[in-house]
Amino acid sequence: MVSGPSFWGKQVLLQGNEAMVEGALAAGCTFFAGYPITPATEISEVMSVKLPAVGGTFIQMEDEIASMGAIIGASLAGAKSMTATSGPGFSLMQENLGFACVAEVPCVVVNVMRGGPSTGLPTNVAQGDVMQARWGTHGDHPIIVLAVSSTADCFDITVKAFNLAEKYRTPVIILSDEVVGHTREKIRIPHPEEIEVVDRIRPNMPPEWYIPYEDNSRGVPPMGIFGDGYRYHVTGLIHDVRGFPTQRADEIVPFLTRIHRKISQNFFDILMVDTELADDAELLVIAYGSVARSARRAVREARERGVRAGLLQLITLWPFPRQILEPYLKKVRAVLVPEMNMGQVSRELKRINQGMTRVETLNRIDGNLITPAEILVRLLKM
Amino acid sequence: MAEVTKLIHKYLRHDKKFPHVWCPGCGNGILLGALIRAIDRTGFEKDDIVLVSGIGCAGRLPVYVDFNTLHTTHGRALTFATGVKLANPRLQVIVIMGDGDAMAIGGNHFIHAARRNLNLTAIIVNNNIYGMTGGQYSPTTPYGALATTAVYRNIEHAFSIAELAVTAGASLVARGTVYHATMLDRLIEQAIRKRGFSVLEVISHCHTQFGRRNKMGGAVDMLRWQKENAVRVEKAAEMSEEEMAGKFTIGVLVDRDLPIYTEEYRKIREAARRRLGAVK
Repeated sequence: MVSGPSFWGKQVLLQGNEAMVEGALAAGCTFFAGYPITPATEISEVMSVKLPAVGGTFIQMEDEIASMGAIIGASLAGAKSMTATSGPGFSLMQENLGFACVAEVPCVVVNVMRGGPSTGLPTNVAQGDVMQARWGTHGDHPIIVLAVSSTADCFDITVKAFNLAEKYRTPVIILSDEVVGHTREKIRIPHPEEIEVVDRIRPNMPPEWYIPYEDNSRGVPPMGIFGDGYRYHVTGLIHDVRGFPTQRADEIVPFLTRIHRKISQNFFDILMVDTELADDAELLVIAYGSVARSARRAVREARERGVRAGLLQLITLWPFPRQILEPYLKKVRAVLVPEMNMGQVSRELKRINQGMTRVETLNRIDGNLITPAEILVRLLKM
Repeated sequence: MAEVTKLIHKYLRHDKKFPHVWCPGCGNGILLGALIRAIDRTGFEKDDIVLVSGIGCAGRLPVYVDFNTLHTTHGRALTFATGVKLANPRLQVIVIMGDGDAMAIGGNHFIHAARRNLNLTAIIVNNNIYGMTGGQYSPTTPYGALATTAVYRNIEHAFSIAELAVTAGASLVARGTVYHATMLDRLIEQAIRKRGFSVLEVISHCHTQFGRRNKMGGAVDMLRWQKENAVRVEKAAEMSEEEMAGKFTIGVLVDRDLPIYTEEYRKIREAARRRLGAVK
């Protein structure tokens, strides 16, 4: 089945995890470091086969901490880099993930979610890491988190994740889940000219003029890479515009403000949602990941039975797409949030809802997927 | 003297990075001088050198020198360095760590980096204590010594960094001291030139946190201790076990040629191209 470095322009039958590799390669990924963990392992396996064929490098590190460190190092030396893991491994990556935020190192981290906490339910599906993706590392920092729901998503959203990482010099987390990762579907891989690939902006001034962390209108400084003549200091300490550690309030505040601003002022470039039958909906289902597909079916069946239901699928989970959701919250009769955790996105939704509408939750934490029938039953009762 | 000044002007970052964070009399300054002289002798361009460090006193070293510098998280310097080297094998990657950094939190990364044999240089400054954090016992604090977390004496046994590196499979393993400064220059140069993973353990002193607490005197006394207790590897071979008691060896412990990761990986790329029929 795995027959080439990519299947440009072809229809192929792929697992979500495999499609993610194709998406990464299409986006220009040349470095992958990882540690085996169910249900993310196939990403490592396929990377180990395909990356060397396109001149890239795959390495299996001694643990997830090392994997995260290695992809940061590789990115600083110019590679588009990626790692993939599942819940427990994602926990181990958090410290270095914070380093990537502060040092503004583009990279992509995939978390194929499984049941937790701890070793939990390694082969079962869950969506318990939404808040860990947002707040797992320490301190205040922005982050971009995207959720995939199908094999096609795994390709498309992975390309987008690399683009956002490069554009905003930030780690981007992709939340997948066991069902998305292991479901085989037919997808069409586009031709190279059909996809947009973004590369980081590199400095073009004389090296002695380069100020590595200087603010600009985008809030994203051009990125020098090791060996290209723009020597500078990279550190996890809060740094001044030249990259050197600082404890001066007049340098700390502008820096931390800028790394938040570069994400917040570009909300609408980062926010992605998908809607179906949502414009005239009275009942709105807000879902993400594999559950969004159950919700899609449920919404269609509800319509057949005369219930004006609609679906709003979240692709960008963080920053939370408040600006997109608010208009819907103002006009629908009620919202249903089905998710495979105790209520992580529904909690965020209630936070922004502020009494605009009724928010109901449908939670499942037994390691099984929420079915279309379960959602439909709830919709018919609402 | 003029030569020294020239080197300082060539390699140090002049604006805003000084005064440095180290205590007066610290061995890190001697190491930094030796490192600059060694790099100068190897003739590598500044742009080709990447200096990576972890956290701690020794971890602050890269900030002062004008290379591509990377100050990572505690214990993880070798993992970042692995990524840098794999993404661009032409870069000369030198990693500076302290004993707590490399042996405790980074111990696992250290043995696996040695086993993997990337063409990197790891310099570990061993001052037997956590200096920056305030004098807690480290994996190289001697049995029976005092520390802020071992006020009733340390009951753990110390790692021998260099011997651990030999066992883990490093290509070149050497040990030097900051007292033997000219020898240190040469050992660093040899470690950088070595093709494969090279480890240099540098015996240094923390008179502020270790010496004072253990009644070993100031910086000068501790340097004298290094002078009196270091035995060259060649001479140690002729000495009996009793004569070597309490002493340690300096010099090159192991120098062997093993397959280098990045060169092996080139073969993997060729095999993958053949298997997948790609012509890229």
